[in-house]
Amino acid sequence: MKTPDQDRQRRVDAKASFAKRSGEHGVGWLAVSPALLLLVGLLFGPAAAVVLFSLTDWQLGSFTFHFIGVANFRALFTDPTFWKALTNTLVYAAIVVPGTVLLGLVVALLIEASPGLRGFYRAAHFLPVMSTMSAMAIVWGTMLHPTIGLVNRGLGAVGISGVNWLRDERTALLALALIGIWQGLGFAMVLFVSGLKAVPQQLYDAAAIDGADGVLDRLRFVTLPMLGPVTMFVVILTAKRSFEVFDSVRVLTQGGPNYASEVLLHRLYTESFDFLRMGYGAALTVIYLAIIVLLTLTQARLLERRVHYS
Amino acid sequence: MAEIELRRIEKSYGETAVVKGVSLSIRDGEFLTLVGPSGCGKSTLLRIIAGLEAQDSGEVMVAGRCVDDKRPKERDVAMVFQSYALYPHLSVFDNVALPLRTRRLSFAQRLPFVGRAVPGRGGIEKVIRAEVEQAASMLDIAHLLHRKPGQLSGGQRQRVALGRAMVRHPAVFLMDEPLSNLDAKLRVQMRAEITALHRRLGVTFVYVTHDQAEAMTMSDRVAVMTAGELLQVGQPEQLYRDPQDLRVAEMIGSPKINVVSCDHWISLGASLPPGIDGNTTHLAFRPEAVGIAASGDRRLNGVVTSVENLGSDIFLNVALADGCGAVVVRTHPDISRSEPGRPVGLQIDPASLLQFDGAGMRLRQAEQVEAAA
Ligand SMILES: Nc1ncnc2c1ncn2[C@@H]1O[C@H](COP(=O)(O)OP(=O)(O)O)[C@@H](O)[C@H]1O
Ligand SMILES: [Mg+2]
Repeated sequence: MKTPDQDRQRRVDAKASFAKRSGEHGVGWLAVSPALLLLVGLLFGPAAAVVLFSLTDWQLGSFTFHFIGVANFRALFTDPTFWKALTNTLVYAAIVVPGTVLLGLVVALLIEASPGLRGFYRAAHFLPVMSTMSAMAIVWGTMLHPTIGLVNRGLGAVGISGVNWLRDERTALLALALIGIWQGLGFAMVLFVSGLKAVPQQLYDAAAIDGADGVLDRLRFVTLPMLGPVTMFVVILTAKRSFEVFDSVRVLTQGGPNYASEVLLHRLYTESFDFLRMGYGAALTVIYLAIIVLLTLTQARLLERRVHYS
Repeated sequence: MAEIELRRIEKSYGETAVVKGVSLSIRDGEFLTLVGPSGCGKSTLLRIIAGLEAQDSGEVMVAGRCVDDKRPKERDVAMVFQSYALYPHLSVFDNVALPLRTRRLSFAQRLPFVGRAVPGRGGIEKVIRAEVEQAASMLDIAHLLHRKPGQLSGGQRQRVALGRAMVRHPAVFLMDEPLSNLDAKLRVQMRAEITALHRRLGVTFVYVTHDQAEAMTMSDRVAVMTAGELLQVGQPEQLYRDPQDLRVAEMIGSPKINVVSCDHWISLGASLPPGIDGNTTHLAFRPEAVGIAASGDRRLNGVVTSVENLGSDIFLNVALADGCGAVVVRTHPDISRSEPGRPVGLQIDPASLLQFDGAGMRLRQAEQVEAAA
């Protein structure tokens, strides 16, 4: 049986704790406000603006625009070049992501196994990461030149006649993907090497005693599982970078020939700044952002569950 | 049958000699503990026995055969590591089953996914399952078999590591500080479980620890190691009562043995015990070999600095005069002279005084030599 006194006391307590809690909330909001402002100003604000633009017929340089509803999106989805760009981007990612991860892992394992490769390791680390892609793309452009390029000369030396890599519909996207792999390889490898250094020696010892001491068994029971978190990181990073591919396309192929190497970001750029159709470009951006967000969420979900072992 | 014989094992890393000519015979079925301060080469020696590390010179014999050219998995040894070293992506069952699978299944049968379809695998897997379950129930982890190591407590992980080691009935168990990642209470409990396991399996255990209490409570024999050398090998009580070396005397026993140099002994005005060897530079005595008396001439005098009451015993820390060191005295709780600041005299049982020379070697009086012989 509660007395009125106890009841009153409880109400007072509740009030006090509410005041205390809301006070704490105030401090909390104050503490996160700088980050929140930056987030809104630099991320959510522009994203909202893009969504808004995508509903208009605004052209770059013009002072008026009209809201035209989802007409931009309708146009987009019926535009075969959009679908071509989307497919190409997916194909590009489907080559670059596994290529970078596998090659990066293999090179890292080789380096771990033989200290003599350290010099190569340093060069491979710094060259692509430190130089801008547009500059390196020009180098690649020369290398892939049909007559004077190093690649075709090398192929010619062993009796294979090369193609015009960047001008051939069959090879343009592949060539760009190989350049993409080359570009991401160094960083992936550095991450894998550092991941390998963190594998505890005692696990290799346990595997040796348990009879799992062959190269393949060590890979299967120790190395690869322990590299899980690093691999997840590399996959996400490379996937994001493949969806963002732009500079090599812009410099080397401009999406051609005949849209064979057209990708999302390049399409976006062309529509917005070559053809000045900002509304249409914004609609493309919305699609692009949606894909990136979806990609990030699913990858994180899927992979996180598999690699953290708990 | 698996006695282990180490013959003049040496190992250096670069310029640093880590194991300096260790010879040791470990009997079949014995629980032998290697104890010594951290960095003295215990793990290295154990890894040499396991075959994880190659010695620079010397021989390792297991069951009378030289195993120097054998790989770890061929040596019939199992090892338990300080960090447990479980495979984090495998379930407890698969962790324990792995040593059986690598030995009994063919390469094709062990392939991921397609291995299941290879003929003959089902029958072998059934036997493996039974053996894993038996080991698990012996260690009380049968209910954890489907979990991943990340979902287990430290003590449970340790049991899984033990299960993985014992499931294939190795002739030798090697353990490298298996308890040092556990909390104090669990450590004491696991000590008892490991000795019980040893009794039950009856195979040779080589156990490495830096904790002298583990060495004293668990082992049949203890090998004391410092700086890559074996100082003494013997039963725990033998090392405690009859150490050959001052470093052994200081390492074994808690609280530490009291050591007073003869110079201090004389400068404090105490008379040296009769019949003392002329080469003696240090005298040592255990805390229980000292009694508290009134301070007086011809004995060691000091001042009580602190009192540790453990209930069953009381340890008095006594500072000797003139900065000549400190002495720990064990007394009974009912003896009242135990408050800090009180001047006391120390009454030392002359029969339990140990004499050491300048190099830390034990010197024995004539009758002690006879008794030891
Ligand atoms: N792989 C190695 N390379 C170089 N030095 C090592 C290596 N392993 C151990 N050491 C050194 O050898 C000494 C003994 O190590 P260890 O056997 O692990 O000692 P303990 O187990 O007694 O603590 C230490 O000084 C350690 O630094
Ligand atoms: Mg060690």
